[in-house]
Parts: sequence; structure tokens; C-alpha cells
Amino acid sequence: MKPEHYGIGIAKGLRVTIKHLFRHPVTVQYPEQKLHVSRRIRGNELVWDNVKCTGCATCSKACPIGAIQIATKIDKEKNKYDVDITVDTGYCIQCGLCVEACPYEAIYMGYSYEKAKYRRNEIIQSNDMLLPSETRIRSGYMSPGIAAQLPEQTLLLEKITEKEE
Amino acid sequence: MMLESYALSSIGSALKPLPADWPGGFWWHWLVFTIIAILFVLLMVLFFTYFERRAMGRLQARLGPNRCGPFGVIQPIMDAIKALTKEDIVPYNADKVVHWLAPAVAFVPVLLVFVVVPFSNGAMLADLNVGILFVVAISSLSALGIVMAGWGSNNKYSLISAMRAVAAVVSYEIPVVLSIASVVLLAGSMSLNDIVLAQNIPFILMQPLAFLIFFIGASAEINRSPFDLLEADSEIVAGFHTEYSGMKFALFYLVEYAEALLLSVLITTLFLSGWRGPLLPPWLWFLIKVVAVFFVLVWVRTTLPRARIDQLMALAWKFLFPLSVINLVITAIEVLAWPGGVPWPMLFVNIGIMAVLIVSWSRLFKFGWGRVKVEA
Amino acid sequence: MAIKTEPFLLNIGPQHPSTHGVFRMRATMDGEVIVDMEPVFGYLHRGIEKLAEERTYNGFVSLTDRLDYLSSMSNNFAYCMAVEKLAGIKVTERCEYIRVIMAELQRIASHLIAVGAFLNDCGAFMTPIVYMIREREKILDLFEMVSGQRLTYNYMRVGGLSQDIPEEFLPALDKFLEQMPRWIDEYDQLLRQNEVLLARSRGVGILPKETAINISASGPVLRASGVKWDIRKVDPYSVYDRFEFDIPTGACGDCYDRYRVRVEEMRQSLRILGQARKQLPGGEFQTPVVQPVHLPVGEVYGHIESTRGELGFYIVSDNSIAPYRCHIRAPSFLNLTALRDMVVGWKIADAILIFGSIDIVMGEIDR
Repeated sequence: MKPEHYGIGIAKGLRVTIKHLFRHPVTVQYPEQKLHVSRRIRGNELVWDNVKCTGCATCSKACPIGAIQIATKIDKEKNKYDVDITVDTGYCIQCGLCVEACPYEAIYMGYSYEKAKYRRNEIIQSNDMLLPSETRIRSGYMSPGIAAQLPEQTLLLEKITEKEE
Repeated sequence: MMLESYALSSIGSALKPLPADWPGGFWWHWLVFTIIAILFVLLMVLFFTYFERRAMGRLQARLGPNRCGPFGVIQPIMDAIKALTKEDIVPYNADKVVHWLAPAVAFVPVLLVFVVVPFSNGAMLADLNVGILFVVAISSLSALGIVMAGWGSNNKYSLISAMRAVAAVVSYEIPVVLSIASVVLLAGSMSLNDIVLAQNIPFILMQPLAFLIFFIGASAEINRSPFDLLEADSEIVAGFHTEYSGMKFALFYLVEYAEALLLSVLITTLFLSGWRGPLLPPWLWFLIKVVAVFFVLVWVRTTLPRARIDQLMALAWKFLFPLSVINLVITAIEVLAWPGGVPWPMLFVNIGIMAVLIVSWSRLFKFGWGRVKVEA
Repeated sequence: MAIKTEPFLLNIGPQHPSTHGVFRMRATMDGEVIVDMEPVFGYLHRGIEKLAEERTYNGFVSLTDRLDYLSSMSNNFAYCMAVEKLAGIKVTERCEYIRVIMAELQRIASHLIAVGAFLNDCGAFMTPIVYMIREREKILDLFEMVSGQRLTYNYMRVGGLSQDIPEEFLPALDKFLEQMPRWIDEYDQLLRQNEVLLARSRGVGILPKETAINISASGPVLRASGVKWDIRKVDPYSVYDRFEFDIPTGACGDCYDRYRVRVEEMRQSLRILGQARKQLPGGEFQTPVVQPVHLPVGEVYGHIESTRGELGFYIVSDNSIAPYRCHIRAPSFLNLTALRDMVVGWKIADAILIFGSIDIVMGEIDR
């Protein structure tokens, strides 16, 4: 019987851990390094299209939380409805029922995932804050056409995005 | 006299010892070295908390704290501020006096030990001729604080932890003291400064087995992993400081790292030839060696799982104790055979003896410690 | 004179660092030794079985994710298979293969967490679990790629999948299959021979073969006790009969064996994945039939080898749009019944270890 259990297992384990000292760490330093999420992500922020919106408030009725408020008034000079939308994103549970309910696709889920704010009142978003922009693009959930235009997902398998800009 | 001539002959220790009342006068000496010792402990503990988290982070393929200040260096200060501003909670049914007193009782002995640690040749608060005995005697007092915390919290987890503390400290004292004794035999003195001066070859080479026993035993005594049974978070939540919060918890945290510092300092002094080394100033060599030893502690903590309490006791009494006795006897014979100093080729013999002893003792290692029969 | 000691009651959980969720052990202790233990659970009860009676057949798929949240894909698989059996739907070849690939990836991901958490319970300070979460992250990336989600995938549907795998999935899978064996070997080196781990887990918490069969344990817990029982082999479902793989078994059914069996199963899963990747056919990912609304009257039991054992869905249909009754055979619930027998007489540290080695998920137990 050859001798075992004299500390060889401990030595092997120590070797594995010390090897990691000379490897690149795998964690991502979040605000500086950002990963691209999947193209198929369903999204967790709401984007509102003011051109398509008619102010019918179907989304508001569909919201199980009551986080969406819609007020309309007639703008006589421009001869159109003026829609005033307020979403309390702190209450939003990202169920997507408003997106399904909207008859004109005027409200949809966005691709980006940064919702954190420094002040509590900043999470109540209204009108201009909800408009689509370069950072607030549509998510590719169940729509391959949109998904194909989104940036490719970062895989831990391949690399971690280095510091941007 | 003989020791001094040894010391002066080797590189790096051609340094004149500081006079016993260095800046002039007993009280000045006392004042300066008290401040140095306290600053050394507090700053090193702050550094160690940061260093441990960073090193552990890198060993675990992550980065560790890197947000507060450059490379996160002011993280420990932030932690201290957080601990100070936290609410101090005393459980309703706790033994309030004991609960209050415990952190202080645990902290003071650890601080006291640094009285006899030489930072450079003769640079120490008091060059006691029973230095190492003083260290051994005082350092185990902090177990009292842990028992008080465990009892005073009125929490079953804390109590279990306190009972474990008593068992561990009492049994590990013996192999640790025996391994220190063999070092003392070789050095011919109990004063830490003289032990450093005697190490022309670091005692880690001359006494590998004593080093191993001291390392295992002392890390069990200060509850470092793999023997961190007192605060085994997966078993007994946080052990004796489950019910502590705020600065009282921070004091226990401080004790933990001060003890780790103590272990590093003792290993540096006893086995790694203390402040001695070429080129660099002695205090820098001392710091480098302390941090290196602490890195090994962190490394071991990162890798190893935790032992069980009965295995801990078995390790002390069945493995470390007999081996330390054998080592002491062998060292005594060596010292008798070469009264002028053990020649350096004996280090190969000692390493060989260590290997043979460990391998032969490991044959007694049984799965389930003989409690259950398991094949393979 | 003998010292008289008094047993005392120790509540381990529901908020304890290592009870893997909200499980509670009311342990009667004699010092450090557990003399009696009573498991208490139900803190996470959400009434999922009852909710199934109010959902359409496809609508319940998203709730199966919440059962065993560490292996959502397997749950989807089992449920969809059961309903398809009842409705008599034959899914396409490509769909079957993709399902198998997902289930096996999920097995690796779940076992990584199981092994990591077990070693963490041993007291290896976070290191194994951090390493293993890193590998799991790679699998989650793959799942995110196909389904858009990272925990509750909701990927499979009755009659197929929600969407086909994207074109970048297969290259990524190849890369994963190439990398993974090396990592598993490295984790093996980390602690397999470790003396402390051996001392802690060898011979601790032995579940004898007979007891394991009597309590109808399944999965790695049963296999570690030495019973060669794997639904993938003994009752092959889907396309598992086309793959070549072994069933790893343990020697005596202690904690160490359960840990070893899980690691070996990861290797076997990689084997299956390699074969499935090679054989993956083209074609439709969904049966081109309308979604089933009214299922024929009858009852069905569909079971798969989930990561934790035999996961079964028993569905009774009364020709309405929802199941009349849906019962879930949760593997970790039945495995947990062995806990008391295993921990009594051992120390508190062992109890945590044994509990960790069973690898339960409370979402599945409390349902």
C-alpha cells in the first residue's frame, strides 16, 4: 500500500488556488465595463413612442400595479391630443401586459438594463424620459428582425469586454 | 557572548543592537515603543483586513474591494466608520456586564504580547529574558474573552462556539509550547531578540517539523481556517460574536486579525530569522516576512475546508502532540551532541526525519476516524 | 460520578447561512451531537400545484420554472413531455435534440452549484463555489442566448420550443464543450484528495442501499448508495436511447460519494452533449399543429431524470382548458426524507454537511 493522506491532497489544492493568482480575474467592474445582454432579452424598461400614442390609456388599464398614468388634453393650436404619460418605474414589475395591451405598439420593452437612480423621485418617469433614444432601443424579444440588429451578446466563454471609451 | 559573535558574523545582522533605553531614559523608551507597538498593531490590522480581502479575491478569480480610494486602500477605514456608526444591540436576556466586557478582555492580551517583539536589533519595548514564555502565557488569555462573549450572549450558537474555544485553546497550547521549546533549545535563550540573533540559518530549515506543528497549532489556537470552528459560519452562524454588533463586533474582528498578526510575527521571529536579512533595513525585512507569512495564512484559508471539532482534538492529541515530543527529544539530542551550535548539514537530517514521521503517522489516518468502516 | 447533561433544542434555520433556502431543523442536541431532528418546511409554499388548475396547459410552463429554480430547463422538459404524452403530440427531432442539450447543460449547471455549495458547507471559504459559479455563468450565458432569461427560462412549450436556437449558439456550445473538461479536472484537483475533506465526508451520513430504495430516493442520492438507477437508461425518454453514457455510482453512500457522483455525472453530461451536438438535425423546432387547448380526458405520468432525481408530472385532464389535477413528484422532497436517519448521532457540523450533500431546492419541496 503506497502512502497517501500525508498532505498531498492539500498541496494539490493549494496549487490550484495559487494558479488563479496569475490568471485574469473573471469579474466585471460594472460601471466601467458593461456587458451586452442577450439579443433575445425581454427587457425591463418601458419605452414610449409619442408619435404612435393616441392617449387611449389601454396600457394604464392593463397595468396590474397601476404604475402607468395617462392624462390627455386637447391642444387646440396644433389641433391634436396632448398625451401626458407618467410611469412609476419603481412599481413596475416588467410583466409586459401594457405592451401586449397597446393596440398601436406605442409602448414596448427596451433593451437596456440600467434602471438604477440616485434619487427616489427620479424613478417616476414621464413624457420625455420615456421616449426612445440611442440607449433606449427596442428589445429583440420574439422578434428576430429587431434582434439581429442588436449588438452581439458578450459571452464569458470568449472574453469580457474591456473598459469602454 | 557566543551568540553575539555568531550574529555579527552573518550578513545583515552586523547591526549594533539598540541600547535598552534607546532615545535616552526609561520613560522615553517606554513612550516611544508603546506608541510604535500600538500603531504597528492597529495599522497592520487595518492593512491585513484589506490585504486578506484583496489576496483572497485574487485567489478566487475576482478582484476584491477596489472601489474606495485607489485600489480600494481606504476600504478598512470605511469599514471602521461603518462599524462605529452601527447600532449597538445587546440581547434582552444577555448577561449585560459580561457581554460588554468580553471584547475588551479579548483585545487587551493580544496587544500586550507585542511588548516583547523585536522590530529591529534590540528595538522592542522590553527585552524580557522569558519573552516567549510571556507571549505564550498572555496570548491564551484572550480565550477568556471569547468564553465570556459566548456565555454573555445567551445564545446557543455562541455557547457552542465558546465551548469549542476552550477545548481548542487548551489542547493546542501543548504542541505549540513543545514546538517552541525545541526552538528555544536550539537558540539557547527565551528572549525573542536572542532567538533572532541565533538564527544564522533560519530555524524553518533547522526545525521544519517544529515549524509545521507551530503553524498548525497556532492557527488552530487563533481560529484561522481550516480550524475556524469558533465562527464556522456554515454551522454555528457566527459563533461567539453572533449577538455582537457595531464597535463591539469590530473589536472581535480586530482581535481576530491581531491574533493573525501575532502568529505571523511569531513565525517570523522564531523561524524566519526575524528582522535579519541582506541589503534592506531590518524593520522592512521584518514587515516583508510578516506579510509573507500572512499571505500563506490567507492562501491556506482560501483552499482548505474546515475540520470538525473531534477531528480538531484528535489532530492535537494524536498527531501534533506525539510528533512535537519526538521532535523535542531529537532536538535535545542534537544540542547535546554539538554544544557549540548544531552544524548546518543537520537540516537535511531534520527534513528527512520530518518526512518520515509525517508519512508514517499518516498511515493511522482512517476514514471516518475509525468510527465507521468504509472501503476505498 | 457521571456528569449529567441535559439535551437542549437548537433551531437550525429557517434563517441560517447554510440551510439552502428556508428549511428549518429542530434539532435536539446533546452538546455537539444531534440526538433527534425534526425537519420543518413549508415556508416557501406558493400553491403551484393548485395554480396549475387555473392555467392553460401552455400557461403553466412558466410556473414550472419556479419549482426547482436551479434546473428550470429540466422542469420545462418534464412538464411539456407529460402534456405531449397526454395530447399525443409527437415533437420534431430537432426539438428533441435541443431539449436534451438544454437538459444536460442544466444538469451541469445545477451540479456545479450543488458541489460548490456542498464544499462551501464543508467550510472551504467560498473558493469552490466562486470557481463553480464562474463555469455556471458560462452555461447561463448560453441559456440567455436562447431564451433571453438567466434563471427562469420558460423556453419549452407544449409541442416544441418557444423559439429556435440562434445561429451563434452552436459555436458557443462547441467552445464550452472544449473548455469544460479542463475545468472539471481542475476542480477535482482542488479538493478531491484533500485530507480534511476526506476526514469530514468519508463515512459521514451513510445512506444504505435498502433505506435509499425504501424512501424512494432518486438521482445522485440513490446512485451514490450504489443503485444503478437512472430514468435516462431504465425508461429512456426523448432521444436518450441514442446516446452512449455511463451511470456513475458510489461505493457506500456517504457524503463523499454523493459529491463524487455529481462530479462524474457532469463528465457524463458532457459526453451526451458532445454526441447530441454531432447528431443535431435540421428542420422545424416546433410541431406545426395548433396549440393544444382541450386535451382528451385521461391521466398521464411523465417523468424524466432531472438533476436531483426523478421529476414527474402527474396530470389529470377532464377535457377543459386546464388540468383537473396536477401533481408534481419532486425529487428533492423525497430525498429529504432520508435526512433524519442520516443526521441522528452525528455532530452539528456533519448535519450541515449531510444536508448540503442531499442538494435540495426549497422551491421544489414546498411547491
